[in-house]
Amino acid sequence: MDAKDLNVLTVASTRTAIEQRQVTASAIAEAFYSKIETDDRDVRAYLTLCQDRARAQAARIDALADQGKPLPPLAGVPIAVKDVLSTQGIRTTAGSRILENYIPPYDCTAVRRLEEAGAVVLGKVNCDEFAMGSSNENSAFGPVRNPRDLSRVPGGSSGGSAASVAAGTAVASLGTDTGGSIRQPAALCGVVGLMPTYGRVSRFGLIAFASSLDKIGPFTKSVSDAAIVLKYMAGRDPMDSTSAAVPVPDYPQEIGRPVKGLRIGVPKEYFGEGLDAEVRSAVEASIQKLAAAGCEIKDISLPHTRYAIPTYYVVATAEASSNLARFDGVRYGYRSKDSKTLSAMYRKSRDEGFGAEVKRRIMLGTYALSAGYYDAYYLKAQRVRALIAKDFSDAFTQVDAIVTPTTPTPAFKLGEKTDDPLAMYLADIYTVTASLAGIPGISVPCGQSKEKLPIGLQVLGRHFDEATVLRVAHAVEHAQAAS
Amino acid sequence: MAVTKEQVAYVSDLANLDLTPDERERMVKDLNAILDFVDQLNELDTTNVAPMAQVMAGAATESASGPGEGLPFAYSRRPDDPAARPSLPHEAALANSPVKDAHFFKVPKVIER
Repeated sequence: MDAKDLNVLTVASTRTAIEQRQVTASAIAEAFYSKIETDDRDVRAYLTLCQDRARAQAARIDALADQGKPLPPLAGVPIAVKDVLSTQGIRTTAGSRILENYIPPYDCTAVRRLEEAGAVVLGKVNCDEFAMGSSNENSAFGPVRNPRDLSRVPGGSSGGSAASVAAGTAVASLGTDTGGSIRQPAALCGVVGLMPTYGRVSRFGLIAFASSLDKIGPFTKSVSDAAIVLKYMAGRDPMDSTSAAVPVPDYPQEIGRPVKGLRIGVPKEYFGEGLDAEVRSAVEASIQKLAAAGCEIKDISLPHTRYAIPTYYVVATAEASSNLARFDGVRYGYRSKDSKTLSAMYRKSRDEGFGAEVKRRIMLGTYALSAGYYDAYYLKAQRVRALIAKDFSDAFTQVDAIVTPTTPTPAFKLGEKTDDPLAMYLADIYTVTASLAGIPGISVPCGQSKEKLPIGLQVLGRHFDEATVLRVAHAVEHAQAAS
Repeated sequence: MAVTKEQVAYVSDLANLDLTPDERERMVKDLNAILDFVDQLNELDTTNVAPMAQVMAGAATESASGPGEGLPFAYSRRPDDPAARPSLPHEAALANSPVKDAHFFKVPKVIER
Protein backbone atom coordinates (compact mmCIF):
# COMPACT_ATOMS: atom_id res chain seq x y z
CA MET A 1 0.00 0.00 0.00
CA ASP A 2 1.26 3.49 -0.61
CA ALA A 3 0.85 6.45 1.71
CA LYS A 4 -2.17 7.75 -0.15
CA ASP A 5 -4.13 4.56 0.45
CA LEU A 6 -3.34 4.67 4.15
CA ASN A 7 -5.13 7.98 4.54
CA VAL A 8 -8.43 6.61 3.28
CA LEU A 9 -8.44 3.58 5.60
CA THR A 10 -11.20 3.70 8.19
CA VAL A 11 -12.11 1.43 11.07
CA ALA A 12 -14.84 -0.04 8.90
CA SER A 13 -12.88 -0.37 5.64
CA THR A 14 -9.70 -1.93 7.05
CA ARG A 15 -11.38 -5.21 7.85
CA THR A 16 -13.10 -5.32 4.46
CA ALA A 17 -9.81 -4.68 2.64
CA ILE A 18 -8.18 -7.58 4.51
CA GLU A 19 -11.18 -9.85 4.11
CA GLN A 20 -11.23 -9.26 0.35
CA ARG A 21 -7.49 -9.99 0.25
CA GLN A 22 -6.62 -6.56 -1.17
CA VAL A 23 -4.01 -6.22 1.53
CA THR A 24 -2.77 -8.05 4.61
CA ALA A 25 -2.90 -6.81 8.19
CA SER A 26 0.88 -7.18 8.32
CA ALA A 27 1.35 -4.98 5.25
CA ILE A 28 -0.92 -2.35 6.75
CA ALA A 29 1.01 -2.37 10.03
CA GLU A 30 4.37 -2.06 8.22
CA ALA A 31 3.03 0.73 6.01
CA PHE A 32 1.93 2.62 9.11
CA TYR A 33 5.34 2.22 10.75
CA SER A 34 6.94 3.68 7.61
CA LYS A 35 4.49 6.53 7.68
CA ILE A 36 5.20 7.17 11.37
CA GLU A 37 8.91 7.33 10.58
CA THR A 38 8.37 10.18 8.13
CA ASP A 39 5.18 11.90 9.20
CA ASP A 40 5.65 11.80 12.96
CA ARG A 41 9.07 13.43 12.86
CA ASP A 42 7.63 16.92 13.33
CA VAL A 43 4.30 16.09 14.99
CA ARG A 44 5.91 13.83 17.61
CA ALA A 45 2.73 12.04 18.68
CA TYR A 46 4.39 8.70 19.40
CA LEU A 47 6.51 8.05 22.48
CA THR A 48 6.95 4.29 22.15
CA LEU A 49 6.38 1.93 19.23
CA CYS A 50 5.51 -1.71 19.91
CA GLN A 51 6.38 -3.43 16.62
CA ASP A 52 6.64 -6.92 18.08
CA ARG A 53 3.20 -6.81 19.59
CA ALA A 54 1.71 -5.24 16.46
CA ARG A 55 3.36 -7.77 14.14
CA ALA A 56 2.19 -10.72 16.24
CA GLN A 57 -1.38 -9.41 16.24
CA ALA A 58 -1.30 -8.68 12.49
CA ALA A 59 0.04 -12.19 11.84
CA ARG A 60 -2.88 -13.67 13.80
CA ILE A 61 -5.34 -11.71 11.65
CA ASP A 62 -3.57 -12.75 8.44
CA ALA A 63 -3.61 -16.40 9.52
CA LEU A 64 -7.37 -16.21 9.94
CA ALA A 65 -7.72 -14.58 6.52
CA ASP A 66 -5.47 -17.24 4.97
CA GLN A 67 -7.65 -19.98 6.40
CA GLY A 68 -10.78 -18.25 5.15
CA LYS A 69 -12.07 -17.91 8.70
CA PRO A 70 -14.31 -15.02 9.74
CA LEU A 71 -12.30 -11.96 10.79
CA PRO A 72 -12.97 -10.13 14.06
CA PRO A 73 -14.80 -6.79 13.70
CA LEU A 74 -11.73 -4.56 14.08
CA ALA A 75 -9.39 -6.88 12.18
CA GLY A 76 -6.11 -5.15 11.38
CA VAL A 77 -7.21 -1.65 12.42
CA PRO A 78 -4.02 0.22 13.41
CA ILE A 79 -4.56 2.14 16.63
CA ALA A 80 -2.51 4.41 18.90
CA VAL A 81 -2.97 4.33 22.67
CA LYS A 82 -2.57 7.25 25.06
CA ASP A 83 0.35 6.68 27.38
CA VAL A 84 -1.77 6.71 30.54
CA LEU A 85 -3.33 3.36 29.53
CA SER A 86 -1.36 0.36 30.76
CA THR A 87 0.02 -2.08 28.22
CA GLN A 88 1.62 -5.25 29.50
CA GLY A 89 5.32 -5.33 28.68
CA ILE A 90 5.15 -1.99 26.84
CA ARG A 91 6.55 1.09 28.56
CA THR A 92 3.78 3.36 29.89
CA THR A 93 4.98 6.78 31.06
CA ALA A 94 1.85 8.90 31.64
CA GLY A 95 3.99 11.64 30.07
CA SER A 96 5.97 11.80 33.31
CA ARG A 97 9.62 11.52 34.24
CA ILE A 98 8.51 9.60 37.33
CA LEU A 99 7.25 6.71 35.13
CA GLU A 100 9.88 7.05 32.41
CA ASN A 101 10.87 3.37 32.68
CA TYR A 102 7.63 1.85 33.95
CA ILE A 103 6.62 -1.45 32.30
CA PRO A 104 3.07 -2.41 33.34
CA PRO A 105 2.52 -6.03 34.39
CA TYR A 106 -1.03 -6.07 32.97
CA ASP A 107 -3.19 -4.63 30.18
CA CYS A 108 -5.82 -1.95 30.41
CA THR A 109 -9.24 -3.55 29.74
CA ALA A 110 -10.16 -1.06 27.00
CA VAL A 111 -6.97 -1.85 25.08
CA ARG A 112 -7.36 -5.58 25.64
CA ARG A 113 -10.95 -5.52 24.35
CA LEU A 114 -9.95 -3.70 21.17
CA GLU A 115 -7.14 -6.18 20.59
CA GLU A 116 -9.54 -9.05 21.16
CA ALA A 117 -11.73 -7.44 18.50
CA GLY A 118 -8.74 -7.54 16.12
CA ALA A 119 -7.18 -4.08 16.44
CA VAL A 120 -3.41 -3.70 16.06
CA VAL A 121 -1.75 -1.45 18.66
CA LEU A 122 1.04 0.44 16.88
CA GLY A 123 2.37 2.27 19.91
CA LYS A 124 1.87 4.63 22.80
CA VAL A 125 1.22 8.30 22.24
CA ASN A 126 2.22 11.42 24.11
CA CYS A 127 0.01 13.40 26.48
CA ASP A 128 0.20 16.01 29.19
CA GLU A 129 1.83 14.61 32.32
CA PHE A 130 -0.74 12.45 34.13
CA ALA A 131 -3.32 13.87 31.68
CA MET A 132 -3.06 17.28 33.35
CA GLY A 133 -3.14 19.97 30.71
CA SER A 134 -4.91 21.37 27.68
CA SER A 135 -2.05 21.73 25.19
CA ASN A 136 0.21 18.68 25.55
CA GLU A 137 2.97 21.07 26.62
CA ASN A 138 3.10 19.53 30.10
CA SER A 139 4.60 16.26 28.86
CA ALA A 140 8.03 15.49 30.27
CA PHE A 141 8.93 14.26 26.79
CA GLY A 142 8.21 17.48 24.95
CA PRO A 143 5.11 18.80 23.23
CA VAL A 144 3.13 17.29 20.37
CA ARG A 145 2.48 19.64 17.47
CA ASN A 146 -0.81 20.12 15.68
CA PRO A 147 -0.59 18.36 12.30
CA ARG A 148 -2.78 21.07 10.76
CA ASP A 149 -0.33 23.82 11.80
CA LEU A 150 2.96 22.83 13.41
CA SER A 151 3.28 26.17 15.24
CA ARG A 152 0.13 25.35 17.21
CA VAL A 153 -0.79 22.98 20.03
CA PRO A 154 -2.83 19.84 19.31
CA GLY A 155 -4.79 20.43 22.51
CA GLY A 156 -4.62 18.19 25.52
CA SER A 157 -4.30 16.24 27.47
CA SER A 158 -4.75 13.53 24.78
CA GLY A 159 -2.69 15.55 22.28
CA GLY A 160 -0.85 12.58 20.79
CA SER A 161 -4.08 10.60 20.40
CA ALA A 162 -5.73 13.44 18.45
CA ALA A 163 -2.63 14.29 16.43
CA SER A 164 -1.94 10.69 15.36
CA VAL A 165 -5.43 10.33 13.86
CA ALA A 166 -5.30 13.83 12.32
CA ALA A 167 -1.89 13.10 10.78
CA GLY A 168 -3.03 9.69 9.55
CA THR A 169 -0.37 7.84 11.55
CA ALA A 170 -3.18 5.81 13.15
CA VAL A 171 -6.68 4.98 11.93
CA ALA A 172 -8.09 5.40 15.43
CA SER A 173 -6.71 6.03 18.90
CA LEU A 174 -7.65 5.89 22.54
CA GLY A 175 -7.54 8.86 24.84
CA THR A 176 -8.87 9.81 28.24
CA ASP A 177 -11.12 12.69 29.22
CA THR A 178 -11.24 14.14 32.74
CA GLY A 179 -12.25 17.73 31.98
CA GLY A 180 -12.15 17.83 28.18
CA SER A 181 -9.01 15.89 27.32
CA ILE A 182 -10.64 13.97 24.46
CA ARG A 183 -13.09 16.53 23.09
CA GLN A 184 -10.80 19.60 23.20
CA PRO A 185 -7.84 18.06 21.28
CA ALA A 186 -10.29 16.44 18.83
CA ALA A 187 -11.71 19.91 18.09
CA LEU A 188 -8.25 21.48 17.75
CA CYS A 189 -6.95 18.76 15.41
CA GLY A 190 -10.12 18.36 13.33
CA VAL A 191 -11.03 14.79 14.24
CA VAL A 192 -13.89 13.08 16.10
CA GLY A 193 -13.40 12.52 19.85
CA LEU A 194 -15.93 10.75 22.04
CA MET A 195 -16.14 10.85 25.83
CA PRO A 196 -18.50 8.09 26.97
CA THR A 197 -20.73 8.24 30.04
CA TYR A 198 -18.99 7.78 33.40
CA GLY A 199 -19.13 4.01 33.93
CA ARG A 200 -19.65 3.05 30.26
CA VAL A 201 -16.06 1.95 29.62
CA SER A 202 -13.92 0.09 32.14
CA ARG A 203 -11.02 2.07 33.53
CA PHE A 204 -9.03 -0.90 34.72
CA GLY A 205 -5.43 -0.16 33.77
CA LEU A 206 -5.90 3.59 33.42
CA ILE A 207 -3.32 5.50 35.47
CA ALA A 208 -5.75 7.48 37.59
CA PHE A 209 -5.87 11.28 37.66
CA ALA A 210 -9.30 12.14 39.12
CA SER A 211 -11.31 9.01 39.72
CA SER A 212 -14.79 10.55 39.79
CA LEU A 213 -14.10 12.17 36.39
CA ASP A 214 -11.74 9.99 34.33
CA LYS A 215 -13.15 8.28 31.23
CA ILE A 216 -11.60 6.42 28.30
CA GLY A 217 -12.82 7.07 24.76
CA PRO A 218 -11.89 6.89 21.06
CA PHE A 219 -10.54 9.34 18.51
CA THR A 220 -11.48 8.59 14.91
CA LYS A 221 -11.78 10.23 11.50
CA SER A 222 -15.56 9.81 11.43
CA VAL A 223 -18.53 9.46 13.75
CA SER A 224 -19.36 6.00 12.41
CA ASP A 225 -15.82 4.84 13.26
CA ALA A 226 -16.25 6.20 16.80
CA ALA A 227 -19.52 4.24 17.07
CA ILE A 228 -17.74 1.04 16.05
CA VAL A 229 -14.81 1.47 18.45
CA LEU A 230 -17.10 2.33 21.37
CA LYS A 231 -19.22 -0.75 20.72
CA TYR A 232 -16.21 -3.02 21.24
CA MET A 233 -14.76 -1.34 24.30
CA ALA A 234 -17.92 -0.58 26.29
CA GLY A 235 -19.60 -2.64 28.97
CA ARG A 236 -19.20 -4.01 32.44
CA ASP A 237 -15.80 -5.28 33.52
CA PRO A 238 -15.38 -7.33 36.70
CA MET A 239 -11.98 -5.64 37.15
CA ASP A 240 -13.56 -2.18 37.55
CA SER A 241 -16.30 -1.84 40.15
CA THR A 242 -17.23 1.57 38.71
CA SER A 243 -18.02 0.11 35.28
CA ALA A 244 -21.77 -0.11 34.83
CA ALA A 245 -23.84 -3.18 34.00
CA VAL A 246 -25.87 -1.22 31.47
CA PRO A 247 -26.60 -2.92 28.12
CA VAL A 248 -24.45 -1.69 25.22
CA PRO A 249 -26.52 -0.74 22.16
CA ASP A 250 -25.41 -1.46 18.61
CA TYR A 251 -24.05 2.06 18.07
CA PRO A 252 -23.15 1.70 14.37
CA GLN A 253 -26.75 0.77 13.68
CA GLU A 254 -28.16 3.52 15.94
CA ILE A 255 -26.36 6.36 14.15
CA GLY A 256 -28.13 5.63 10.89
CA ARG A 257 -31.51 6.54 12.37
CA PRO A 258 -32.84 9.91 11.17
CA VAL A 259 -32.57 12.86 13.56
CA LYS A 260 -35.93 14.26 12.51
CA GLY A 261 -38.00 15.14 15.56
CA LEU A 262 -35.08 15.13 18.01
CA ARG A 263 -35.16 18.09 20.38
CA ILE A 264 -31.79 19.87 20.42
CA GLY A 265 -30.97 22.32 23.21
CA VAL A 266 -28.72 25.31 22.58
CA PRO A 267 -27.52 26.71 25.94
CA LYS A 268 -27.03 30.47 25.85
CA GLU A 269 -24.19 30.28 28.39
CA TYR A 270 -21.95 28.66 25.77
CA PHE A 271 -22.31 31.48 23.26
CA GLY A 272 -21.30 34.46 25.41
CA GLU A 273 -18.18 36.49 25.99
CA GLY A 274 -14.90 34.82 25.03
CA LEU A 275 -16.30 32.80 22.14
CA ASP A 276 -14.34 33.36 18.94
CA ALA A 277 -16.51 34.81 16.16
CA GLU A 278 -15.52 32.18 13.59
CA VAL A 279 -16.20 29.34 16.02
CA ARG A 280 -19.58 30.85 16.80
CA SER A 281 -20.62 31.18 13.18
CA ALA A 282 -19.47 27.64 12.28
CA VAL A 283 -21.42 26.15 15.19
CA GLU A 284 -24.49 28.27 14.46
CA ALA A 285 -24.39 27.22 10.82
CA SER A 286 -24.37 23.56 11.89
CA ILE A 287 -27.32 24.16 14.20
CA GLN A 288 -29.21 25.60 11.22
CA LYS A 289 -28.46 22.43 9.30
CA LEU A 290 -29.78 20.29 12.15
CA ALA A 291 -32.95 22.37 12.02
CA ALA A 292 -33.13 21.78 8.27
CA ALA A 293 -32.80 18.05 8.94
CA GLY A 294 -35.93 18.21 11.08
CA CYS A 295 -34.53 18.69 14.58
CA GLU A 296 -36.45 20.93 16.90
CA ILE A 297 -33.99 23.59 18.13
CA LYS A 298 -34.69 24.96 21.61
CA ASP A 299 -32.95 27.76 23.48
CA ILE A 300 -32.09 26.50 26.94
CA SER A 301 -30.15 27.68 29.97
CA LEU A 302 -27.57 25.81 32.03
CA PRO A 303 -27.31 28.51 34.69
CA HIS A 304 -24.33 27.17 36.67
CA THR A 305 -22.00 26.85 33.68
CA ARG A 306 -19.69 29.66 34.77
CA TYR A 307 -18.94 27.85 38.03
CA ALA A 308 -17.73 24.70 36.29
CA ILE A 309 -14.03 25.59 35.92
CA PRO A 310 -13.53 26.58 39.58
CA THR A 311 -15.52 23.52 40.68
CA TYR A 312 -13.48 21.26 38.46
CA TYR A 313 -10.13 22.58 39.64
CA VAL A 314 -11.02 21.85 43.25
CA VAL A 315 -12.59 18.42 42.71
CA ALA A 316 -10.04 17.19 40.16
CA THR A 317 -6.97 18.40 42.06
CA ALA A 318 -8.24 17.01 45.37
CA GLU A 319 -8.67 13.59 43.77
CA ALA A 320 -5.33 13.91 41.98
CA SER A 321 -3.45 14.72 45.18
CA SER A 322 -4.76 11.48 46.61
CA ASN A 323 -4.21 9.35 43.48
CA LEU A 324 -0.67 10.62 42.94
CA ALA A 325 0.35 9.86 46.52
CA ARG A 326 1.20 6.35 45.28
CA PHE A 327 4.26 7.64 43.43
CA ASP A 328 6.81 7.28 46.18
CA GLY A 329 9.82 5.69 44.49
CA VAL A 330 9.31 2.36 46.25
CA ARG A 331 7.31 -0.05 44.10
CA TYR A 332 7.73 1.47 40.66
CA GLY A 333 8.93 4.62 38.99
CA TYR A 334 11.76 7.02 39.54
CA ARG A 335 13.73 7.01 42.81
CA SER A 336 16.10 9.81 43.75
CA LYS A 337 19.55 8.51 44.63
CA ASP A 338 21.34 8.70 47.96
CA SER A 339 18.60 9.79 50.32
CA LYS A 340 19.46 8.96 53.91
CA THR A 341 15.91 8.57 55.21
CA LEU A 342 12.67 7.17 53.83
CA SER A 343 10.96 10.54 54.12
CA ALA A 344 13.74 12.34 52.23
CA MET A 345 13.61 9.64 49.55
CA TYR A 346 9.86 10.17 49.05
CA ARG A 347 10.24 13.93 48.78
CA LYS A 348 13.25 13.99 46.51
CA SER A 349 11.79 11.34 44.21
CA ARG A 350 8.54 13.29 43.85
CA ASP A 351 10.33 16.65 43.54
CA GLU A 352 12.56 15.37 40.76
CA GLY A 353 9.97 13.11 39.11
CA PHE A 354 6.94 15.40 38.79
CA GLY A 355 6.66 18.43 36.49
CA ALA A 356 5.47 21.92 37.44
CA GLU A 357 1.77 21.54 36.59
CA VAL A 358 1.49 18.21 38.40
CA LYS A 359 3.09 19.71 41.52
CA ARG A 360 0.77 22.71 41.28
CA ARG A 361 -2.28 20.44 41.18
CA ILE A 362 -1.03 18.19 43.99
CA MET A 363 -0.49 21.31 46.10
CA LEU A 364 -3.88 22.82 45.25
CA GLY A 365 -5.66 19.53 45.93
CA THR A 366 -3.80 18.91 49.18
CA TYR A 367 -4.65 22.44 50.30
CA ALA A 368 -8.34 21.99 49.43
CA LEU A 369 -8.45 18.77 51.45
CA SER A 370 -6.44 20.04 54.43
CA ALA A 371 -7.91 20.65 57.87
CA GLY A 372 -9.68 23.99 58.00
CA TYR A 373 -10.17 24.25 54.22
CA TYR A 374 -12.00 21.01 53.44
CA ASP A 375 -15.47 22.47 53.95
CA ALA A 376 -14.71 25.80 52.31
CA TYR A 377 -13.23 24.30 49.15
CA TYR A 378 -13.73 20.59 48.67
CA LEU A 379 -17.24 20.19 50.06
CA LYS A 380 -18.32 23.51 48.55
CA ALA A 381 -17.12 22.38 45.12
CA GLN A 382 -18.93 19.06 45.47
CA ARG A 383 -22.15 20.90 46.27
CA VAL A 384 -21.76 23.15 43.24
CA ARG A 385 -20.99 20.04 41.20
CA ALA A 386 -24.44 18.75 42.17
CA LEU A 387 -25.98 21.99 40.88
CA ILE A 388 -24.12 21.67 37.57
CA ALA A 389 -25.31 18.06 37.20
CA LYS A 390 -28.86 19.18 37.99
CA ASP A 391 -28.68 21.84 35.24
CA PHE A 392 -28.22 18.97 32.81
CA SER A 393 -30.86 16.63 34.23
CA ASP A 394 -33.36 19.53 34.17
CA ALA A 395 -32.43 20.33 30.57
CA PHE A 396 -32.81 16.72 29.50
CA THR A 397 -36.47 16.78 30.53
CA GLN A 398 -36.98 19.20 27.62
CA VAL A 399 -34.38 18.18 25.06
CA ASP A 400 -32.77 14.97 23.80
CA ALA A 401 -29.31 16.40 23.17
CA ILE A 402 -27.39 19.64 23.68
CA VAL A 403 -25.18 21.30 21.08
CA THR A 404 -22.38 23.77 21.88
CA PRO A 405 -18.95 24.81 20.62
CA THR A 406 -16.28 22.38 21.91
CA THR A 407 -13.73 25.11 22.57
CA PRO A 408 -13.86 28.92 22.71
CA THR A 409 -11.14 29.27 20.04
CA PRO A 410 -9.34 27.18 17.42
CA ALA A 411 -5.86 25.81 18.23
CA PHE A 412 -3.59 28.34 19.96
CA LYS A 413 0.17 28.76 19.49
CA LEU A 414 2.72 26.69 21.37
CA GLY A 415 3.86 28.66 24.41
CA GLU A 416 0.90 31.04 24.26
CA LYS A 417 -0.63 30.01 27.59
CA THR A 418 2.20 28.18 29.36
CA ASP A 419 2.94 31.00 31.84
CA ASP A 420 -0.63 31.46 32.95
CA PRO A 421 -2.29 28.36 34.45
CA LEU A 422 -5.70 30.04 34.66
CA ALA A 423 -5.70 31.01 30.98
CA MET A 424 -4.85 27.40 30.14
CA TYR A 425 -7.65 26.09 32.39
CA LEU A 426 -10.16 28.25 30.51
CA ALA A 427 -9.48 26.28 27.30
CA ASP A 428 -11.77 23.65 28.85
CA ILE A 429 -14.60 26.03 29.70
CA TYR A 430 -17.19 24.27 27.48
CA THR A 431 -16.06 20.72 28.21
CA VAL A 432 -15.71 20.50 32.03
CA THR A 433 -19.44 20.79 32.66
CA ALA A 434 -20.27 17.41 31.08
CA SER A 435 -17.26 15.85 32.83
CA LEU A 436 -18.60 16.95 36.21
CA ALA A 437 -22.10 15.65 35.39
CA GLY A 438 -20.76 12.33 34.07
CA ILE A 439 -22.76 12.57 30.84
CA PRO A 440 -21.43 11.57 27.40
CA GLY A 441 -20.10 14.08 24.89
CA ILE A 442 -18.50 14.14 21.48
CA SER A 443 -16.60 16.69 19.43
CA VAL A 444 -17.16 16.57 15.69
CA PRO A 445 -15.52 18.85 13.09
CA CYS A 446 -17.96 21.52 11.87
CA GLY A 447 -15.83 23.82 9.77
CA GLN A 448 -12.60 25.75 9.79
CA SER A 449 -11.34 29.24 10.45
CA LYS A 450 -9.93 31.59 7.80
CA GLU A 451 -6.51 30.34 8.84
CA LYS A 452 -7.67 26.81 7.98
CA LEU A 453 -7.77 25.73 11.63
CA PRO A 454 -10.39 23.12 12.50
CA ILE A 455 -13.46 24.03 14.55
CA GLY A 456 -15.28 21.48 16.70
CA LEU A 457 -18.93 21.19 17.66
CA GLN A 458 -19.83 19.41 20.89
CA VAL A 459 -22.91 17.21 21.34
CA LEU A 460 -23.92 16.21 24.89
CA GLY A 461 -26.54 13.65 25.90
CA ARG A 462 -28.15 11.87 28.80
CA HIS A 463 -26.28 9.34 30.92
CA PHE A 464 -25.73 6.19 28.82
CA ASP A 465 -27.30 7.76 25.76
CA GLU A 466 -24.20 7.75 23.56
CA ALA A 467 -26.49 6.50 20.79
CA THR A 468 -28.28 9.86 20.50
CA VAL A 469 -25.02 11.79 20.91
CA LEU A 470 -23.47 9.82 18.04
CA ARG A 471 -26.59 10.16 15.93
CA VAL A 472 -26.67 13.95 16.21
CA ALA A 473 -22.90 14.17 15.58
CA HIS A 474 -23.36 11.96 12.53
CA ALA A 475 -26.01 14.35 11.20
CA VAL A 476 -23.66 17.32 11.77
CA GLU A 477 -20.88 15.51 9.96
CA HIS A 478 -23.19 14.55 7.11
CA ALA A 479 -24.44 18.12 6.70
CA GLN A 480 -20.84 19.37 6.82
CA ALA A 481 -19.76 17.00 4.07
CA ALA A 482 -22.72 18.02 1.93
CA SER A 483 -22.00 21.75 2.20
CA MET B 1 -8.24 33.43 52.28
CA ALA B 2 -4.79 34.31 50.94
CA VAL B 3 -2.24 31.50 50.89
CA THR B 4 0.98 32.41 52.70
CA LYS B 5 4.53 31.13 52.35
CA GLU B 6 4.08 29.27 55.63
CA GLN B 7 0.98 27.51 54.31
CA VAL B 8 2.79 26.48 51.16
CA ALA B 9 5.50 24.98 53.37
CA TYR B 10 2.89 23.19 55.47
CA VAL B 11 0.97 21.84 52.47
CA SER B 12 4.12 20.72 50.63
CA ASP B 13 4.99 18.80 53.78
CA LEU B 14 1.59 17.08 53.71
CA ALA B 15 2.05 16.30 50.02
CA ASN B 16 5.55 14.86 50.45
CA LEU B 17 7.11 17.50 48.22
CA ASP B 18 10.10 19.63 49.18
CA LEU B 19 9.98 22.23 46.38
CA THR B 20 12.86 24.61 45.69
CA PRO B 21 12.71 28.20 47.02
CA ASP B 22 11.78 29.36 43.50
CA GLU B 23 9.02 26.77 43.23
CA ARG B 24 7.64 27.82 46.60
CA GLU B 25 7.53 31.44 45.59
CA ARG B 26 5.78 30.61 42.34
CA MET B 27 3.38 28.31 44.21
CA VAL B 28 2.27 31.14 46.55
CA LYS B 29 1.44 33.26 43.50
CA ASP B 30 -0.28 30.50 41.50
CA LEU B 31 -2.34 29.09 44.36
CA ASN B 32 -3.57 32.55 45.27
CA ALA B 33 -4.56 33.31 41.68
CA ILE B 34 -6.42 30.00 41.33
CA LEU B 35 -8.10 30.22 44.74
CA ASP B 36 -9.21 33.80 44.06
CA PHE B 37 -10.92 32.41 41.00
CA VAL B 38 -12.40 29.52 43.01
CA ASP B 39 -13.81 31.99 45.54
CA GLN B 40 -16.62 32.84 43.12
CA LEU B 41 -18.26 29.56 44.21
CA ASN B 42 -19.23 31.47 47.36
CA GLU B 43 -21.70 33.49 45.29
CA LEU B 44 -23.90 30.38 45.38
CA ASP B 45 -26.03 29.41 48.35
CA THR B 46 -25.52 25.66 48.67
CA THR B 47 -26.93 25.22 52.18
CA ASN B 48 -29.49 22.69 51.05
CA VAL B 49 -27.45 20.98 48.35
CA ALA B 50 -25.94 17.58 49.11
CA PRO B 51 -22.31 17.19 48.01
CA MET B 52 -21.87 15.12 44.86
CA ALA B 53 -18.91 12.86 45.47
CA GLN B 54 -19.43 10.63 42.46
CA VAL B 55 -21.64 10.24 39.43
CA MET B 56 -23.45 6.98 39.90
CA ALA B 57 -25.86 7.76 42.72
CA GLY B 58 -27.31 10.69 40.78
CA ALA B 59 -27.57 8.87 37.49
CA ALA B 60 -29.66 6.04 38.88
CA THR B 61 -32.45 8.43 39.77
CA GLU B 62 -32.19 10.58 36.68
CA SER B 63 -35.53 11.94 35.65
CA ALA B 64 -37.44 11.93 32.37
CA SER B 65 -37.49 9.18 29.83
CA GLY B 66 -33.71 9.00 29.57
CA PRO B 67 -32.12 5.65 28.92
CA GLY B 68 -30.46 5.91 32.36
CA GLU B 69 -33.73 5.32 34.14
CA GLY B 70 -34.35 2.10 35.97
CA LEU B 71 -31.13 0.51 34.78
CA PRO B 72 -28.85 -1.28 37.20
CA PHE B 73 -26.28 1.29 38.07
CA ALA B 74 -24.38 1.00 41.27
CA TYR B 75 -20.98 -0.02 42.43
CA SER B 76 -20.77 -3.73 41.91
CA ARG B 77 -19.44 -6.08 44.49
CA ARG B 78 -17.84 -9.45 44.13
CA PRO B 79 -17.25 -12.25 46.60
CA ASP B 80 -13.93 -11.94 48.39
CA ASP B 81 -12.45 -15.06 46.88
CA PRO B 82 -8.71 -14.79 46.24
CA ALA B 83 -8.68 -18.11 44.39
CA ALA B 84 -11.08 -16.75 41.77
CA ARG B 85 -8.71 -13.92 40.92
CA PRO B 86 -5.08 -14.56 41.65
CA SER B 87 -2.73 -11.75 42.61
CA LEU B 88 0.24 -10.69 40.51
CA PRO B 89 3.11 -13.15 40.74
CA HIS B 90 5.76 -12.04 43.22
CA GLU B 91 8.42 -11.37 40.56
CA ALA B 92 6.01 -9.33 38.43
CA ALA B 93 5.08 -7.18 41.40
CA LEU B 94 8.76 -6.54 42.17
CA ALA B 95 9.85 -6.06 38.56
CA ASN B 96 9.39 -2.29 38.42
CA SER B 97 10.91 -1.51 41.80
CA PRO B 98 14.00 0.71 41.49
CA VAL B 99 15.73 -1.00 44.47
CA LYS B 100 14.87 -4.51 45.65
CA ASP B 101 16.27 -7.90 46.59
CA ALA B 102 14.84 -11.28 45.64
CA HIS B 103 11.85 -10.91 47.96
CA PHE B 104 11.32 -7.33 49.06
CA PHE B 105 11.26 -3.69 48.05
CA LYS B 106 14.27 -1.98 49.63
CA VAL B 107 14.05 1.50 51.13
CA PRO B 108 16.34 3.72 53.23
CA LYS B 109 16.26 3.28 56.96
CA VAL B 110 12.86 4.07 58.46
CA ILE B 111 13.90 4.25 62.12
CA GLU B 112 17.03 6.13 63.15
CA ARG B 113 18.99 4.73 66.07
